[in-house]
This record gives sequence, C-alpha cells and structure tokens, in this order.
Amino acid sequence: MSVTIGFAPTATRRRLRLPRPSLRRFASSLVLLALWQGASMTGLLSPHLLAAPSAILATAGKLLADGTLEHNLLVSLARVLVGMTIAILVAVPLALLAGLSRLGEDLLDAPLQMLRTLPHLALVPLFILWFGIGELPKIVLVALGAGFPLYLNLFAGIRGVDPKLVEMARVHGLSRLGVIRAVILPAALPQLLVGLRYAFGLGWLSLVVGEQIAASSGIGFMMMDAREFLRTDIIVVGLLVYALLGTATDQMVRLLEHRLLAWRPSLLGAGR
Amino acid sequence: MNAEPRGLVGEAVRARGLTRRFDAAAPVLDSVDLEIAPGEFVALLGRSGSGKTTLLRLLAGLDTADAGTLDVPAARAVVFQEARLLPWRRVWQNVALGLPSSRPGAARPRAEAALREVNLRHRIDAWPLTLSGGEAQRVGLARALVRQPRLLLLDEPLGALDALTRLQMQRLIVELWTRHRCAALLVTHDVDEALLLADRVLLLDQGRITREWTIPLPRPRRAADPLLVRLKASLLAGLGVEDQIPPPARSTTSTLQEAT
Repeated sequence: MSVTIGFAPTATRRRLRLPRPSLRRFASSLVLLALWQGASMTGLLSPHLLAAPSAILATAGKLLADGTLEHNLLVSLARVLVGMTIAILVAVPLALLAGLSRLGEDLLDAPLQMLRTLPHLALVPLFILWFGIGELPKIVLVALGAGFPLYLNLFAGIRGVDPKLVEMARVHGLSRLGVIRAVILPAALPQLLVGLRYAFGLGWLSLVVGEQIAASSGIGFMMMDAREFLRTDIIVVGLLVYALLGTATDQMVRLLEHRLLAWRPSLLGAGR
Repeated sequence: MNAEPRGLVGEAVRARGLTRRFDAAAPVLDSVDLEIAPGEFVALLGRSGSGKTTLLRLLAGLDTADAGTLDVPAARAVVFQEARLLPWRRVWQNVALGLPSSRPGAARPRAEAALREVNLRHRIDAWPLTLSGGEAQRVGLARALVRQPRLLLLDEPLGALDALTRLQMQRLIVELWTRHRCAALLVTHDVDEALLLADRVLLLDQGRITREWTIPLPRPRRAADPLLVRLKASLLAGLGVEDQIPPPARSTTSTLQEAT
C-alpha cells in the first residue's frame, strides 16, 4: 500500500486562524476566569466564599487609592528584605567558614544540620514569647527560614568544586587565597544563587505565617483583618500581592544569574 | 625529599631513587632514576597503572615522594589531559592565570601573544565552554607556554581528542617545542605519539623504568619512516603488545597466501 502525502500551498491551508501561541497560552486561564465571573454573577458562588474577579479588581483599586495596599505592601516588603539581609549576612560567612576549613565544618556544620531539622515555622509561639509581637519575631522568622537554604547551598557549592580545577590553580602558583578567589567562589556561585531563590521562597512563606499570627500591619494582617468581615475580595487581593512579590524577587535573582553566570552554556545560547 | 630546585647544572630534571607508595602494597614508583637534559623531549610510556602519571605529578610538585631526591626547575608548567580551564574566565584570562601576578596591564598582551602562538588569537575573549576540545587544549598549551617554562609536563594532553585533531596538535606541539626549546616530559600511552615527538622514550613498568629508546631523527617526522616503524615494533613489544598480526593458520586450499 502506498501513501501519498501532499503539501497544500500555504494560502489554501489557512482555513482556521488560531491565535498566536503566545496568546493561546492564556486562553484556558481566560476561560476559567470567565467561568468564575459567571458563577459569581449568577449567585452560584457566594461572595462570602470567594469574591468575583470583578469585585476583586475593584477592591484592589480601592485599596490602592486609599493607600492601604501600598502601606501594607511596603511593611511586608521591608520585613522580607531586612530578614533576607540578615540571613545573607549570617549564612554566607557561616557557609564559607564551614566550606573552606575542616575545623569550621566540624564546629559549625553539625549544630546547623541539627537546627535545620526543626520546622522553623513551629517556633512562632516561642518567638512571640521571646520577641513579643512587634517587628522582631517576623524578621527573625524570615531570616531563619531564608538562612538555611543559603547556608546549605553555598556549603554544598564549595564542597562540590572540581578538585581538578583546584589542582590546576595550585600548579600555576596560586596561593590558597588566590585559589579561593579564582576557583572556589566562582564555582560555588551558581549553587549560591539557587540557594538565594529558595531563600526568597522560604522568606515569603515565613512572612505569610508570621504576619497572620501576630501583626498589626502588613499584607498578612490585611488578609486576617478582612477575614473578620468575610471580605474574601481583600483576602484574594492579598494572595495576589504575595504572588506578585514572590515572582518579583524570583525575577530579581534570575536577573542576577544572567549577569553573574554569563559564562554558562545555557545562557550563551546554542554554544557558538 | 625536596621538590624545589637546587641549583641545577647540566640537567633540567634529576631524580634519584624516587619512590612513592599510596598504601602498604607495592610502591607505585619504585626507586626511579630520571634525567632530562635542558631542551630534551622525553616521552614516558607505560600501561595504565604503571605509575607514569604519579611520576609526572611528583615532577609538577602536586605530590611528594616517600623517598629519593628530585631536582626540577622552578619554572614548570603542566598541560593536563582535560584542558582544565576556568569556565567563568574568558580565554585570555585563563591563559593569564599562568602568569605571575605582575602588573595587571601586562597580562593581556602576553596572553594574546601566547594565544597567537597556538593560532587562537581570534578566540581571545571567548568563554571556555564555547570552545571545541582541540581549542580548549590549545588554550591549555598557551597557558603553559606563557609561563616560559624550563620544564613542560604533558599529562596525556591529547588523550581526549579525536584522531584528526590529535595529529594537528602533535604538529603544533613539535612546532612550539622547537621554538621554545624547553625540556619536556610527555606522559602517554600512544606509541605513535611518543615516536613522533620525543628524543627519548622511557618505558615505565610496575613503578620502574625498564627500557629506553633514543630516536635520533629530525622533526617533523613521518610515521612511515623505516626507523620509526622498526622502533614502533620494539616499543610495542616492550609494552607487551605484538605489532604483527599473527600469520594465518595454514589452510590446505589457500593459494593466495603463497603470495605473502
């Protein structure tokens, strides 16, 4: 049996015009959104359970107009950034000490690995006892959540350096400090940036928990406050803001990766 | 045991009774004596596990012997089997890694000159991971030569390259060595390579240098040279490999075999 395959000229093949692939990706989401809106409008979905997309949009506009959203967003952002800064300032030196010296590893790694097994979010009750309900417990929670992925990834990155490159550098007369600068740190950088992305993820997660338990400002507080009045629209706005902030910090790290890891083949395009 | 130079006169390398053992078992190097004259190209041949890389690592200062004395020049350079370039540094910066950190402005011109020697001037600003295997190895060669070594240590530098690239690289190594005239020690298991490049071939077997061949031929050499062909058979026999295909068993109906 023979099969003939014909290729029709493009002009006649263009019967059904599908949207561009970039638009097609959003099509299913738009349909879902329309269904959601429809269910809300027909009363199938009570606003006490979940507000309509249009209502959420309107609320977001109102919260922006009266400054509530900006205020709470800045408070939350500040908590994460301060907590992340502390995490970086503590975790990076610890990982360097543990990664670069056996003595450092013996002294630091075991206790840190033990601490790591504690679910840090479960420390909230203790933190409230220790630090009250001000900014401090939230910042410490963020720093603790973000610190471990930073430490673990940088430590692993340093220990994963190709010993052949270290040997090559030694043969070329580089000092120990020179080897660390030229070989070990650049080699560990990709892993550190992976850690940074995890750290931001955990940092935001810690903040969500911290802000919902004892806070008088911040996105989490705004959401918990809205719950009292069954304002699901405000709760969803809070969720969206968290998602946007998380995406923004993730993009920031991606940008950093592009800048710092320009030598990697995946970022060089298809080789040469 | 002293791996630092002690005022060498005469030889570029002088090793006496060099011994290295990694555990209680038989030593990897068993009292090796080795001399390399300045500007001499020596190939070290041996099966895998014969200790040839261990010997090279001792000469490079990457390892220390358990017994014996070793005199080597301070100006040494190593080319490894893998190019071992730092992927986060551009090609010229990798070459400049071989330079003592003097004035920072002087590094690039010197790296450029070295890259020109290995015909890679045009890749000076490339990232190492965009290089082909042969190109990467030429950068490794440039990185070694930029140090103006008195002793060049080559640890199976062409082992990972395809046959064609390997031939080109062999020619390049001869050319560079002729120009720089440093003493060179090539560790290889490729008999042809040893014959094309070296003044002297040493056979390392179970930690001892068991045989030695001198190759008094000018370079560039042709592999088909009758002397090389004869030497090759001898080297292969030394390695325990017969070069000749065993004669076919006599068959009763063979007429064609009579012609051989």
